[in-house]
Amino acid sequence: MSRYVKRVPSANADLWRLKGPSLVRLDIELTERCDNDCVHCYINRPAGDEQARKRELPASRIKSILGEAASLGCLNVRFTGGEPLLRKDFEEIYLFARKLGLKVMIFTNAALITPRLADLLTSIPPLEPLEITVYGMTPEMYESVTRTEGSFAKAMAGIGLLVDKKIPFVVKGAFLPSNSGDVEKLEEWAAGIPWMDEPPSVSVFFVKHARRDAAKNEMIERMRPDPERGVDVLARNPKKYVTHLKSFLTRFAGGADDRIFSCGAGVESCSVDAYGILQPCLLVRHPNAVYDLEKGSLKEAVEIFFPELRKRKASDPRYLKTCAVCPLRGFCEQCPAKSWMEHGTLDTPVDYFCEVTHVQARRLGLLQEGERAWEVADWASRLDKFSEAEALERLMAAKKNKGD
Amino acid sequence: MEEKTGLDRIFKPSEEIVAREIEGELILVPLTAGIGDMEDELFSLNETGREVWKKLDGRATLRTIVAELVAEYESGRNEIEEDVSGLVEELVKRRMVVEVV
Repeated sequence: MSRYVKRVPSANADLWRLKGPSLVRLDIELTERCDNDCVHCYINRPAGDEQARKRELPASRIKSILGEAASLGCLNVRFTGGEPLLRKDFEEIYLFARKLGLKVMIFTNAALITPRLADLLTSIPPLEPLEITVYGMTPEMYESVTRTEGSFAKAMAGIGLLVDKKIPFVVKGAFLPSNSGDVEKLEEWAAGIPWMDEPPSVSVFFVKHARRDAAKNEMIERMRPDPERGVDVLARNPKKYVTHLKSFLTRFAGGADDRIFSCGAGVESCSVDAYGILQPCLLVRHPNAVYDLEKGSLKEAVEIFFPELRKRKASDPRYLKTCAVCPLRGFCEQCPAKSWMEHGTLDTPVDYFCEVTHVQARRLGLLQEGERAWEVADWASRLDKFSEAEALERLMAAKKNKGD
Repeated sequence: MEEKTGLDRIFKPSEEIVAREIEGELILVPLTAGIGDMEDELFSLNETGREVWKKLDGRATLRTIVAELVAEYESGRNEIEEDVSGLVEELVKRRMVVEVV
């Protein structure tokens, strides 16, 4: 250990003696356009959508937002999309962010990674692993999701460049009707990626379209697995699943109230959409929950607007009767973003996510068939009686019965 | 150490890092590859390090810096000289400062 210089690993833990900055991470959607057309995607527009491209923030404005973020103490920026590498000025924006002393996370499908970009990421490393979506291990599986011919080969070529140059990356997947057979193969392949400490996260319960596109929503709804089947996928490694859920239950169960924002949205982090609208997270786009950066400042949004927003209380009667008093609230995917995408409000309960949560609670033995969590009077004693070993046994037996 | 850096030498922050002051901390963010032992590391300086760093401006010699610190702090000259030399040695090794020639 040095006397003078302290090394701080990536999590930034132990960095602040007193308090951290008001903004730690900023997500920026550089574009909503994408070179793929994924069936389940909540945001993508066609790569050649000129109307969308013309509305996107110019590099100069993105740089000024990055500068303001850095002045607020922000250390991490995530460039996402759409496909962020579609922007011709991506390298310019990337370099600017790095020269401000920001760590950069790039969320990409890897298809547009060129030798030139790989060289840049080698000489000026992003300091965060790239996050890459991989939807299958064959062109057929992969392109059944991306609906773009040749996209598998391009993605694998991009990933190959990263491997050759030893540029750290992690991969993520999605469980969809057309590629469900490839999840295990994806996991096997990902196990060989040196920067993957854990199996890839696989999206299972898809959110609806962030711009509330009705046609896309119909398709996304068809992609959603039945909650029981979806939980089978989540629990495919029963031991890991039970351990994960137990830690979740220990931390989050029992703390429901009538606040709309019980998540961390707008706390030390927020997101800028492709057109300069600041959101408390990547998904919340309700007009009453966002802030126009053209009419104010990042500082005002982070220090005044979001804290005020987070004080809002739910008014939906069904939410107040269920989610607001549900002991599983912290463990459910219900949040203002999901309500926005599903119903166009901030607090209407999303039945699909509620059912997923109840299926999980039943699998763990915390609920019986037909019980609703918010009606259970003796929740604390159920939690006390919860046995990790019994839950694991139950899951293993169910898996065996289903022949998974 | 005396031979390596010498008190008459002058140093400035390297262009391979970005120094940021956030909430009272001085954080050194690598810009180019190979500064950290791992690719995602940041660095922060302790109180002594922060005071010395602010004076490594590409103009002051280490001797001047030591003299200023002796005037500002109660520690003895030898201790301060050792701190300044020790820090600069480490920063040079990590490519965080460069000598002005």
